[in-house]
Amino acid sequence: MMKKTTWLLLLLLAAPIPAWTQGVDPTRFDDPALEARYRDLLHELRCTVCQNQSLADSNAGLARDLRREVREQLRAGVSDARITEYMVARYGDFVLYRPPLSGRTLLLWTGPFLLLALGLGALLLVARQSRRAGVRPTVDAAARERARRLLEGEDKA
Amino acid sequence: MRRLLFLLPMTLLLLLGLFLLVGLGLNPRLIPSPLVDRPAPAFTLPALEDPERRVGHTDLQGRVALVNVWASWCTSCRREHRVLSDLARRHDLPLYGINYKDERADALAYLGRFGNPYRWNGHDREGRAGIDWGVYGTPETFVLDADGRIRYKHAGPLTPERVQREILPLVARLRQEDP
Repeated sequence: MMKKTTWLLLLLLAAPIPAWTQGVDPTRFDDPALEARYRDLLHELRCTVCQNQSLADSNAGLARDLRREVREQLRAGVSDARITEYMVARYGDFVLYRPPLSGRTLLLWTGPFLLLALGLGALLLVARQSRRAGVRPTVDAAARERARRLLEGEDKA
Repeated sequence: MRRLLFLLPMTLLLLLGLFLLVGLGLNPRLIPSPLVDRPAPAFTLPALEDPERRVGHTDLQGRVALVNVWASWCTSCRREHRVLSDLARRHDLPLYGINYKDERADALAYLGRFGNPYRWNGHDREGRAGIDWGVYGTPETFVLDADGRIRYKHAGPLTPERVQREILPLVARLRQEDP
């Protein structure tokens, strides 16, 4: 019992502190709906300085400024779509974690499915061919007999 | 047919390798700006040298010009300072500065120490004009045509090579467009 608790404690120590507990400024909206929209927006927008972090995670100066901007616009009653538009107009589709489907992003969106289809196609082809070829015995009778004896331990010397 | 099938994984692998190889040469910090070919964002800022004076986008029209976003805390700005100053002086290009998230005293000391090649500097203490210009890292340099439209953006310190290869040909072309 004691051992289990110790292990549990050790595991807890090893658990990473989630990044989202750090970046976001400790500002709160009085309105919980506004607060929720704020969080959602920040997780959808990418910080252009530290590129693998969202605006919510990042502690870069620019991310702080952009969070301030988002807060102010939310308070002013600007819609989520408008705020996203505002960011895209300045920093391009790059700020979106989910870029819109367009000619340039077509491969990005469809690529995984294309690869999946390709893989499935190859699998089917191989399966069909090996079935058509049939199963050929590749081990002759003498070898089979030896294997049987080995398995049964008769061959043990 | 079977043989072709054997070649397929190899082909895919080579293709992947090719993509990765190209990817190695790309700079992930270069984000294409949606502002290129658009009018310069509207802004008015207090001048760095004289807080009473207002400077802004309307000053940028009429000639092919450069806008440089810099700060005294930005070390790569120091590195490009000489290149930028030479570019503005030798090629008679009006150079305007946006002093980004900086303290006035620090910025003035910087200009005193390294020289001031700017026609004016807007003091963007809060970084709001910077956001409107899509700034994500200093230094950033924009080339504007005579209509005040952004035609080129470079993020990061300017090098003499880049000036020679990209900026000067563009400036020559823009000046022909609107003599």
